[in-house]
Amino acid sequence: MSAAKAAGFWQRAGRHASFVAGGALSTVLAAAALLSLMWQPHPPADIDIPNKLAPPSAAHWLGTDSLGRDLASQLLVGAQNSILVGVVAVGIGLLLGVALGCLAAAQQARGRRWVDELVMRACDFSFAFPALLSAIMLTAIYGPGLLMSIVAIGVFNVPVFARITRNAAQAVWARDYIMAARAAGKGPLAITLDHVLPNIASLLVVQASISFATAILAEAALSYLGLGTQPPQPSWGRMLNEAQTQMFQAPMLAVYPGLAIMLSVLGLNLLGDGLRDLVDPRAR
Amino acid sequence: MLLFLLRRLATFALTLAAASVLVFAVLELLPGNAAEIILGDSATPESLAALQAQLGLDRPPLQRYLDWTGGLLRGHTANSISYGTPTAELIGERMVVTLPLALMAMVLTVALALALGVYAAARHNRPGDLAVMAASQLGIAIPGFWFAILLILLFAVKLQWVSAGGFPGWTMEDGGSPWEAVKALLLPAIALALVQAAILARVTRSAVLDVMREDFVRTARAKGLSRRQALWRHVLRNAMIPVLTVAGLQFANLITGTVVIENVFVLPGIGRLVFQAISNRDLVVVRDVVMLLAAVVVAVNLVVDVLNALVDPRVRLQ
Repeated sequence: MSAAKAAGFWQRAGRHASFVAGGALSTVLAAAALLSLMWQPHPPADIDIPNKLAPPSAAHWLGTDSLGRDLASQLLVGAQNSILVGVVAVGIGLLLGVALGCLAAAQQARGRRWVDELVMRACDFSFAFPALLSAIMLTAIYGPGLLMSIVAIGVFNVPVFARITRNAAQAVWARDYIMAARAAGKGPLAITLDHVLPNIASLLVVQASISFATAILAEAALSYLGLGTQPPQPSWGRMLNEAQTQMFQAPMLAVYPGLAIMLSVLGLNLLGDGLRDLVDPRAR
Repeated sequence: MLLFLLRRLATFALTLAAASVLVFAVLELLPGNAAEIILGDSATPESLAALQAQLGLDRPPLQRYLDWTGGLLRGHTANSISYGTPTAELIGERMVVTLPLALMAMVLTVALALALGVYAAARHNRPGDLAVMAASQLGIAIPGFWFAILLILLFAVKLQWVSAGGFPGWTMEDGGSPWEAVKALLLPAIALALVQAAILARVTRSAVLDVMREDFVRTARAKGLSRRQALWRHVLRNAMIPVLTVAGLQFANLITGTVVIENVFVLPGIGRLVFQAISNRDLVVVRDVVMLLAAVVVAVNLVVDVLNALVDPRVRLQ
């Protein structure tokens, strides 16, 4: 993108309400995770039974849980967990999905329809296994854990990215300048890297932000069930699970982690919607 | 239509076969077989061999696969490792909770989404539309199980109108009644429906808006129909195709969503069954439940495709 084009993009972006709101919320999420890497009000796993279920105070901004652990610190460190899962799960989806999608489109352009057919049928098939079902199977064998939940969510993302990549890449392959590049002797890999990927990158960024939000939701559900992140690593989903047993004594424990999840997901979704409008105004 | 139906049925059968191969491969062929998982690291080779023989794991994989799928097709399922009864029996018992729950949630989803989506489309870009869109953006971001916890906080902890969980049963013999059972399923159904309704309301809105821009709607208006008449007579019918498709796909989300929500409300359904099976390392139950859920998802998609083809002849020719 040229400097003038970039300036124009940011000018339009600054006026786009959902992009600004989503960007702000996502920045808060990232900042919370970064901050917690360097500093926490209290060590999040420190148990302090005499101080259990303490109300909010100067020492404990949001109070403590049933074991006296500082809630604010757990929420901050929990942001790391959500970002980790989101980045790796979306990374798996992007890497494998984009490779498969590009392969399908390139092979189809060269007259090998069966590769495209194979990849797309595999994508169709994968809808039978939502992330939760894959996670159930994997944890039944390997036991619960962060890695298994990331793999399950990541695998679920592969067909999502493969389908988007393939459809967008197909449109690029049909352009005249690709014909020119092929006539000039450029191979399919070079065409994919030089022409196809740069043209579909913005689309992938949009999908990545939406998939990131879905991954945070899925991880929270898996951790809530005890299939995801394991103690003592704090995670928002498991905090909610623990809070549910204390609902009569300390209802607010069940409110904060949910709010954190909701605001993160809302931010990423708004960011994705905003980006889509800015990148491709016709897609509205 | 017959050709379309046959083609779709063939795809359906192939998808199920592929799903069964995948489930079998993941649960039975990956390193760490059922006997090792059940006995743990401290197992002696003798006890391992004995359990493997008992579970039939000493037979070749292809034979085990054929036994399993052949059994499923004839309605014979293997015994659960932890309960000792056929999995079909266990699943049947739990279905009386999960199926009504999923159906209630689906009805709520569609009713809510159609009402809100059509309302928003009819008031395109006016405050009512913006309010519905903002609410649905929020609904999509709320984790269903957290919404369920909030419902419990409000209706069970604060207002004490309902119990915080559990299921009394459908009949007097079980210690419950149809009314008690529906009451116990209402909050879980609402929690399940919220997220799906938020998504479906958006789909409904944009589908209605798309159809409203079509020429035949302009013709209907030019003929003298009011906006409202055109909406009810011409727009809704045509807008139903994408709405139906997405609603069908959402049923899959509802089914997996019940696994989570049943655990929030401690309901003895399929979700709790599979969850306990994981804790008990009961791979037989996990395998059959996962296969069942995958089959339900695939079957619902088949039904949606066929319904779409019935509503819209163009679909059949694709």
